Amino acid sequence: MAKVFIYPATSLILSDLVARFGHQPLGAALSIRERIQTAGVESPPLQITPEEPKKGLKYAAVEVPSGVRGRMSVYGPLIEAAEAAVIVTDADLAFGCMGCARTDELILFSLRSKDIPILEVEYPRSEEEGVRFVAAIRDFLANLKTEETA
Amino acid sequence: MTQKVRIAQLSCGPEYSGVQGEIYEAAGAVDAEIFFPDVALADVMSAVQEFGLDVRSADLKLAIARAKALVEGKVDADAVFIATCFRCAEAAIVRNELRRYIHERSTLPVVSYSFTERTTAGTLLTRMEALTTIARRRALLAREEQTGITLGVDSGSSTTKAVVMRDNKVVGTGWRPTIEVLKSADEVVALALAEAGLSRDDIQAIGTTGYGRFLIGKHLGADLIQEELTVNSKGAVYLADHQRGASTVIDIGGMDNKAISVIDGIPGTFTMGGICAGASGRFLEMTAKRLGVDITELGPLALKGFGKNVPMNSYCIVFGTQSLVNALAAGSSPEDVAAAACHSVAEQVFEQQLQEVDIKEPVIMVGGTSLIEGLVHAMGELLQTDIVVPPHSQYIGAVGSALLASGYIKGD
Repeated sequence: MAKVFIYPATSLILSDLVARFGHQPLGAALSIRERIQTAGVESPPLQITPEEPKKGLKYAAVEVPSGVRGRMSVYGPLIEAAEAAVIVTDADLAFGCMGCARTDELILFSLRSKDIPILEVEYPRSEEEGVRFVAAIRDFLANLKTEETA
Repeated sequence: MTQKVRIAQLSCGPEYSGVQGEIYEAAGAVDAEIFFPDVALADVMSAVQEFGLDVRSADLKLAIARAKALVEGKVDADAVFIATCFRCAEAAIVRNELRRYIHERSTLPVVSYSFTERTTAGTLLTRMEALTTIARRRALLAREEQTGITLGVDSGSSTTKAVVMRDNKVVGTGWRPTIEVLKSADEVVALALAEAGLSRDDIQAIGTTGYGRFLIGKHLGADLIQEELTVNSKGAVYLADHQRGASTVIDIGGMDNKAISVIDGIPGTFTMGGICAGASGRFLEMTAKRLGVDITELGPLALKGFGKNVPMNSYCIVFGTQSLVNALAAGSSPEDVAAAACHSVAEQVFEQQLQEVDIKEPVIMVGGTSLIEGLVHAMGELLQTDIVVPPHSQYIGAVGSALLASGYIKGD
């Protein structure tokens, strides 16, 4: 079993896929709701304190906006722990999204900078693409298992 | 119990910055409640497309959708608070465009703010108070004429001012540096009453504003205690005789500056800055002290100088003053140094605050610094307009308070 970082980190579908194939998903454990009544699309369940942006200084300089640093204090340790990653690009908001595009950029860069297996797939726009999308993720995760058992 | 003012929050980043609790606390302190306009995720993308600003961050897309819902009347609110992370360029563009969009297409008062993790409820309090004042006291703010005999006191960070007004005229004034807040207030009230030839018993209503408004308001038994953003706006358009239509009010104070876009005497959008002393009246006080002149002489001196002759390497009150000292040592004239100091303050206010409000003429400068002609001239040059400095401009908060307090005269 590998620890697989999922991007978007709020994607329940990705989280579920990773778990189904026997790995541990590393994500936000938040879902994107159909109606948004909170401050942001992926509001944290617990109140984050001003300490979190300070902890985020480990991952981003002080000149980086506090919202990015606060998110990095949450995702930074998960990226450090990740042994693999599945990245879905250009995803629909409902599939899973992060509120801040700058954090997205930093998370993706941090993942790509790590020496771990990464699958990058584009979000499917048709049924046919959807089948290929799931198959690609399945193969990637299955190979992870093979590598681990080998 | 009064009904809570409902403030719609459009934001990106406050939760992950750890400041959402501070926003709630500031709103709660002025009996307001923050809410997040309910929008459907499915409507977000179409709203962004219609708005036409192609941003990447999902929370900024959400903010755009929420702004549209407010403007189109799909969601009810009394005021709008727009907040995004400091130093985020994408968010700054959205914040600015949403503020303008809501201001132009609705009557909702809007305040925008860029926060860091160090933002506290105290920093946000006056802004929230102004939003609730506009929502709650719109009828009072519509008052254009002072009636009866009223007293207005402005307890500022540097100076305390009082005016007595009678039948729409200022009949007494008092001014003192703020030392002990209550004592300074008592002194200026005594001065204003003496000049007016009246006693405390003649006063029919009292209004207070400024940093010490709550303390002196309680002490004087004020009928109206109100923050300086709405009070100064009202005082400015009243004294400038421009109560109807659009105008811009600039108040460079001892501790913070206000830039307010006003329509019919009521603030539409405003900014309030108080982070850097180099952009405040304090810098000019220090310059006057270094030049060995009274602050009242600095303005006329600056008008005779040419600021560009003096290299200013920093806006900072410490390093900026050092630049001035260096220039004097290198042979610059006091006139040029005075002009450079005025230009430095005006430029910093222009760059950091006036970009956040829509400048509509007339531009009215008020507060004690509006008497420094060199500063007014520098601001006029930067804005390329003739700045209006109304009579009694240094008493703006006190006049606004006295004017609004007359709405509290029994039977009025």
